[in-house]
Amino acid sequence: MNIVVCVKQVPSPDALSKARVDSKTKTLLRHEAVSLIINPLDENAIEEALRLRERHGGKVTVITMGPPQAESALRRALAMGADKAVLITDPALAGSDTLATSYVLSTAIKKIGEFNLVLLGKHTIDGDTAQVGPQLAEQLELPQITCAQKIEIKDNTVKAESSFEDFFEVMEVPLPAVLTVTDEINKPRRPGMRGVLKARRAEIPQWGVTALNLDSNRIGLDGSPTRVVGLSTPEFGRKKKEMLTGSISRQIDTLLNRLKENGII
Amino acid sequence: MNFDLNEDQEAVLKEVREICQKELAPRAAEIEEKKDFPWENIKLLSQSDLMGVAVPEKYGGLGMNYLTWALVDGEISQACATTGAIYGANLLCIYPILIFGTEEQKRKFLSPLAKGEVLGAFALTEPQAGSDIGNIQMTATPENDGYILNGTKSFITNGGVAETYIVIANTRSGGDPRGLTAFIVEKGMPGFTFGQKFDLMAYPALANCELVFRNCRVPRENVLLSKGKGFRVAIKTLDIGRIGMGIKAVGLARAAYKAALKYARERVQFGKSIFNFQAVQFMLADMAMEIEAARLLILKAAFLRDCGKGFEKIAAMGKVFASEMCMRVTTKAVQIHGGYGYTKEYPVERYMREAKLFEIIEGTSEIQRNVIASYLLKEE
Repeated sequence: MNIVVCVKQVPSPDALSKARVDSKTKTLLRHEAVSLIINPLDENAIEEALRLRERHGGKVTVITMGPPQAESALRRALAMGADKAVLITDPALAGSDTLATSYVLSTAIKKIGEFNLVLLGKHTIDGDTAQVGPQLAEQLELPQITCAQKIEIKDNTVKAESSFEDFFEVMEVPLPAVLTVTDEINKPRRPGMRGVLKARRAEIPQWGVTALNLDSNRIGLDGSPTRVVGLSTPEFGRKKKEMLTGSISRQIDTLLNRLKENGII
Repeated sequence: MNFDLNEDQEAVLKEVREICQKELAPRAAEIEEKKDFPWENIKLLSQSDLMGVAVPEKYGGLGMNYLTWALVDGEISQACATTGAIYGANLLCIYPILIFGTEEQKRKFLSPLAKGEVLGAFALTEPQAGSDIGNIQMTATPENDGYILNGTKSFITNGGVAETYIVIANTRSGGDPRGLTAFIVEKGMPGFTFGQKFDLMAYPALANCELVFRNCRVPRENVLLSKGKGFRVAIKTLDIGRIGMGIKAVGLARAAYKAALKYARERVQFGKSIFNFQAVQFMLADMAMEIEAARLLILKAAFLRDCGKGFEKIAAMGKVFASEMCMRVTTKAVQIHGGYGYTKEYPVERYMREAKLFEIIEGTSEIQRNVIASYLLKEE
């Protein structure tokens, strides 16, 4: 049971107020003041991979695409217990949207070779598109299950229970497959110090455009059909409040009038 | 002089801080309220490989140094002093086996302790022998391939919850300190039971009780170092314990200081936050200054220990300075909180009660001064 987990390094929510956006590219500026973490749902994906490994054997490989400092996210994944990690980094990859990212990740996963399962978090807390998982499955031409909160491997299939806003779904697909997980699936472990120290000494290979033999038209800003046209902070205007006074029957009359005036009833 | 930590230490401490602040600290008030031994915390520290920081890897430890161990200890106590006290009592069992144990004793007793599979305790104090170690009444009578232990130990932290105990008893009659011998005693040995649980001023969740020995037979291979060397085992264990107690006092003081600083910035009186009043600023400045000074003393002792140099005097200085500092700082933290500080709504009243322990445990402040003075004479 060889599992590849795709993770993303994101700004810590504790430090998000310090994060700044590049006015031209409309992407997050990364600087040292903002502490970076593994996207929380990706930690759930790592945890699930480790648990599946405990049950079924095999190896867990964690990959990320990002700037060189994304290596620290991989070290944390190794500290948690992943067997291997690969950093996909190249200046030419900067500005990649979800389509370009899933193309790059799929190429890297093919290069890793033998795998039975690819796991990702359902979405990231920075971009929040929830697109990379499904797009990756398409690029790899594999079946996919999204928002899994329970995963079972049996023979050569994976059965997953997914939760959506107002319904559950149980799906069974043949392996290999791509699954995205929610935070309901498990509680990610804290790495032990032995793991932390071991991970510090681990070799993490770096793959760039050349190593992956990537099509330059499909990566970076040029390979990304998505254009961020603008960013805006939603305005939350002060809600109008009115305290009703008088006798109860009068308050009820006023309330009914207000509801009718506003077309609510 | 270089105060930088290496990258391994930084990586470990970053993780430890997160564990302490996100897992231990939020549970501290509840532990006091429920009075339940915090097994969950101990399990977490064990799973995090933190029970034997300076124990070599071949015995299940992390293979780091005493300075790192002290820094970890300080973080734990800052988050939860009860967990810190358990951790400290455990060290007093680990350390003598690490330093004086035979290879077999290390494999049998040290590894499970360092891996956090079991807890340990150190039993020296008796009802009539506190500061006066030489007056230990507990007897160890030789018999065939072992010894028969008789007597009572009091105020033993981790008593009852620990599996492994270092027990100091006398093999000679008439209270001759040359007969003091250290034994490794296992929970469940016939004749070894637990007596009165002490109702302490603070730390209600702590397991602190009497150990009662009635004709408890301990095999000879459980003697630590050798017969008649118990005084040495005890003194050497207390020496390292002072670093532990000192850094715990620093950790607790830091928790009190942080709570006071936060409160001083939030609390508004006379139209401004009370941090703006010089009287409060001076208290906070003194607190921060004293914490820093105590921390440097303790870490210097740990550094000297790691270098294999004499650290005992500085450790005693650090222990007494840090524990008295901790009393002053926690008292000021209550003062800055005013009336609210005297209530159980805020943690500072608990910190103040917890702080008092450090001036007494593992050698009172007075005994520490005796120790320091004895080194002053030796240096002349």
